[in-house]
Amino acid sequence: MARVCLMSSLTAFTGGERVLEVDAANVHQLMRRLGERFPALAPHLDDSLAVAIDGEIHQDDWFARIAPESEVHIMPRIGGG
Amino acid sequence: MSESVKGNGAAKALRWVGTRAARPDGVDKVTGRARFGADLFAPNMLHGRVLRSPHAHARIVSIDVSGAEKLPGVKAIVTRDDFPEMPSEWSPLGELIVNYHDMTRNVMAREKVLYEGHPVAAVAATSPSLAKRALAAIEVEYEVLPHVLDPVEAMRPDAPLLHDHLFTAGVDPRPETPSNVAKRVQFGHGDVEEGFAAADLTLEREFDTRPVHQGYIEPHACLGSVSEDGQAELWVSTQGHFSVRGHCARLLGWEMSRIRVTAAEIGGGFGGKTVVYLEPLSLALSARACQPVKMQMTREEVFRATGPTSGAHVRVKIGATRDGRITAADAELVYQAGAFQGSPVQPGAMSAFAPYALDHVRTVGYDVVVNRPKVAAYRAPGAPIAEFAVESTLDELARELGLDPLELRLRNAAREGSQSSYGPKFGPIGMAATLEAAKAHPHYHAPLGPHQGRGVASGFWFNIGGETCATMNVNEDGTVGLMTGTPDIGGTRASVSMMAAETLGIPLERIRPIIGDTNALGYTFVTGGSRVTYSSGMAAVQAAEDIIGQVRARAARLWDIPVEAVEWQDGMVAPAGANAGEFDPMSLADVARVSGKTGGPIVGEVAINAQGAGPSFGTHIVDVEIDPDTGRVSIARYTAIQDAGKAVHPSYVEGQMQGGAVQGIGWALNEEYIYDEQGRLENPGFLDYRMPVCSDVPMIDTVIVEVPNPAHPFGVRGVGETPIIPPMAAIANAVEDAVGLRFTELPMSPPRVLRALDEQRERLQAQAAE
Repeated sequence: MARVCLMSSLTAFTGGERVLEVDAANVHQLMRRLGERFPALAPHLDDSLAVAIDGEIHQDDWFARIAPESEVHIMPRIGGG
Repeated sequence: MSESVKGNGAAKALRWVGTRAARPDGVDKVTGRARFGADLFAPNMLHGRVLRSPHAHARIVSIDVSGAEKLPGVKAIVTRDDFPEMPSEWSPLGELIVNYHDMTRNVMAREKVLYEGHPVAAVAATSPSLAKRALAAIEVEYEVLPHVLDPVEAMRPDAPLLHDHLFTAGVDPRPETPSNVAKRVQFGHGDVEEGFAAADLTLEREFDTRPVHQGYIEPHACLGSVSEDGQAELWVSTQGHFSVRGHCARLLGWEMSRIRVTAAEIGGGFGGKTVVYLEPLSLALSARACQPVKMQMTREEVFRATGPTSGAHVRVKIGATRDGRITAADAELVYQAGAFQGSPVQPGAMSAFAPYALDHVRTVGYDVVVNRPKVAAYRAPGAPIAEFAVESTLDELARELGLDPLELRLRNAAREGSQSSYGPKFGPIGMAATLEAAKAHPHYHAPLGPHQGRGVASGFWFNIGGETCATMNVNEDGTVGLMTGTPDIGGTRASVSMMAAETLGIPLERIRPIIGDTNALGYTFVTGGSRVTYSSGMAAVQAAEDIIGQVRARAARLWDIPVEAVEWQDGMVAPAGANAGEFDPMSLADVARVSGKTGGPIVGEVAINAQGAGPSFGTHIVDVEIDPDTGRVSIARYTAIQDAGKAVHPSYVEGQMQGGAVQGIGWALNEEYIYDEQGRLENPGFLDYRMPVCSDVPMIDTVIVEVPNPAHPFGVRGVGETPIIPPMAAIANAVEDAVGLRFTELPMSPPRVLRALDEQRERLQAQAAE
């Protein structure tokens, strides 16, 4: 299962849990399963987030592959000037 | 002077990528043929003007446009009543997350005006002078309210409240009363208290920065034309015409297909042209008048009403061991957002300590509304402020520890595999390489003159990819039309064409690049986030590969051999070997000539959401000279070093590094908004808002480091944002080196420096007297 690290502001909806083990093959599955596990978190898993999979940041990339041994960070999306 | 340093993974020999080819739009630019926003005209065109608030904060009691409507030649007037109400929620638009409740109020004030310059009404008339008269004939009754400009003051419980509905997000429990604090964010890992307990030395400092404007040469300008059947066209100076289409459609309640937007040539943006101001007004006025409406801002309007970046208050605390290992780092950042929520405090908090590998790190940020124009993105939004504070504190730490400042940074530099302060682990990065390059540079070892000092600082920016389309049409003679959707600000038509030519193996001159309008291509995200050379380059490479595949397939059918037996070499299709048969190789032109008989036109099309953008790091060295009589800080020598991944067109990479450095120099030394007691801007022009000009700066030397980004076919990283980050701290560090004074407040303008020098002289005299 992938190791998923949440950004601090999301831990208010997971009972303080920040590092989770999640069985998900891609970003879309990951978000769905996190929402099922923590219903209070679901509304916050929105377009304002990005997902870093093994160090590579993905934005709006639902089908980005997550391997069982992947380290995933859920973080704010990045913009620029 | 320019140099280049190769990192790991040196690329294969390349014909175009890495050269300094002529830019395709160069002749148009130097002859004045290029059409910028204000160069656009249409038959029967009207002139639009905006009535703006004279108050920093006031309730709008009434707006009476009847006097203006009676003026002959006034064809349309719009106010708050002409824009639909929007819910306060964050809505996705393409790759943007937008609160249209706020955006519609920024475009046209509704209940209140929230800053001086806030639009209250707009008119379209047959001449500019008549439009001006019409504005004077509009009567607005205001109830003036107390205002607040400073973010720290705005956080106080008794501060004037801008929005009754704004409750701080990101705190638990949710506040019961509204405030000016829109959001709290936090990042980091480890246990900072444990880290500080392990430190031999801990420094804590506070810093203040002022809002600064992007300072693009070309003011905002557009021409909107809505026909009687509701179809709209808009020509505009923008960093992202697809975003303009989306914003206008939402703000006006129109379907997107009604609006076709064409990006004019653009005279700079730096993030400030990723938002809309005049565009929905022009379309709304044109829809009423059924005539084209041209609108352009004066420089004064640009200053009074368009987004600068935040001013901020930052507290930084760093602990280290005697041998220079950072044990903990902590920062609190308060950024002003302007009149509506959405400062770049989040990326500021994420990037503050990103150049370093830290076990214990925490950043907390606050997004605070004040009575100033809503901030807009500005080159590496948020990062320059945060990293100014961190890099200044690090310099003091190095002094206290007796360490060379580059050596302190090297001992703590983030490297491949380091966990970033914002979460994920880094892939291949060039932070240490830029520090090594700085250490080895002759500038770092050159002798200093009287009243001179030297400073260094580093910087980090994420870079992004995003939704991007490219179309390549192979013409009948084998030349290629390349269309992308990212407005060209920094020479990207050249760099994207060079990657396409490299892939196709054809001369660069045979590719003609254009920027397509919103009906010509699929959605393409803005030119911003240092993403165009990366993303449009990736799309162009894939479009070229699409063409190669089609040409190989057609040659295979012509030769009656399997497509696997046809290979592409140096712009030609050829049999893959003796077993494939004996056929003369065919050029792209040969295949194009018969394309009509072999399946029709050859068109390469790609629509991607580019991922894998690689972060960029830079390190700058600056020598300053201080005039003890006037307090003026001059830049005596400057060297900018940055990891570009791969410099596709080194001249444009150097240009980005030099431009960013100069903007940072202005931020450090001169730029600030001056307000009167009523919250009215007193210096809305380039004479009094002092940006650097050529005579203010020496040649900015550059060193391009190349640590390739493995996610890009040519190793590209974005380069446009990082170079604005190091200058403020590098200059502050150099000033301390020169005169022994630490400036924690920007700008280090002559009056502020002179005052500090006078105080220093008084202290020294007092000590001598004792």
